Amino acid sequence: MARQSALKHSTPKKRRALQEVSNPQAEHPAPGLDRLIHERLRLGIVSALAANESLTFNDLKSLMNTTDGNLSVHARKLEDAGYIAVTKSFEDRLPKTEYKLTTAGQSALESYLSHMETIIQQMRNR
Amino acid sequence: MSPIHIVSVPTEEPPALHDRAMDNLKYIRETMERATAFTNISGGGQVAIGVTALAASAIAARQNVFKNWLAVWCAEALVALLIAGWSMDRKARAAKMPLLSGPGRKVAFSLSPPILAGALLTVALYRAGLVNAIPGLWLLLYGTGVITGGMFSISIVPLMGICFMALGAVALMAPPEFANWFMAAGFGGLHIIFGFVIARRYGG
Repeated sequence: MARQSALKHSTPKKRRALQEVSNPQAEHPAPGLDRLIHERLRLGIVSALAANESLTFNDLKSLMNTTDGNLSVHARKLEDAGYIAVTKSFEDRLPKTEYKLTTAGQSALESYLSHMETIIQQMRNR
Repeated sequence: MSPIHIVSVPTEEPPALHDRAMDNLKYIRETMERATAFTNISGGGQVAIGVTALAASAIAARQNVFKNWLAVWCAEALVALLIAGWSMDRKARAAKMPLLSGPGRKVAFSLSPPILAGALLTVALYRAGLVNAIPGLWLLLYGTGVITGGMFSISIVPLMGICFMALGAVALMAPPEFANWFMAAGFGGLHIIFGFVIARRYGG
């Protein structure tokens, strides 16, 4: 009831978020999947960082072939979840943003990989 | 009016889910390979190659016979190959990616055709008595290999290849007495400068 009321009085963006929470399988049929890492660009960021000790904002932008804004938004979501750590510094007087995968991010990727492998294995066993 | 038949439509969900899982795994593997190729060039290794190349150019400059000059640079090429292989393997191991996975193969396949072409052309030019063109040709072809191999890497690598090509083009047109200086500036100087920048910015 409270959720229905919240849905009615919220902005379209918040409404979508609330609907996703109320129906976690709305966008994908696989239950228990880490939605945060499942998004393509975020999955790419985490995978790229898993293969490197650290990558700068520009490295990731070039690797993912994306825009500044898009990368910032998705990197922020991963940072908020504690999957990646961000270090801001200056190099030759220019700002430098460096990303590293955290232990939580590493285990999230490992869980995601194992989830995908389980799905494939289940299909092969049918 | 014909009766309505309820037909059970086979669900497409499981195959789609399976395909998506396969696609996701493929995407993760490809991204990791690309990301490794991106930084698997070892800056420290490039600096070491540059230093040995400077030593080689000093030794080669003292040779009066072309065959000896060629032998010095062939030995240097072997040393450089060993340093590059060892340093890239070290960096790949640190990133927990095998050197001969996708990225390593890409670099090897991109770099080896111009090197092979350079070796064959060296023989042809030597037979034709056009040995003065060899330093310029080597710099030019090595530059093309670095550009193609570096297309999957950080942007500074293709830039290094362009510098090698530019130096090779100038060396081809320059008087032959400057050949050793061009070799030292290219295989020595450019490797040291770019290697230092790569090591500083891209972690070793």
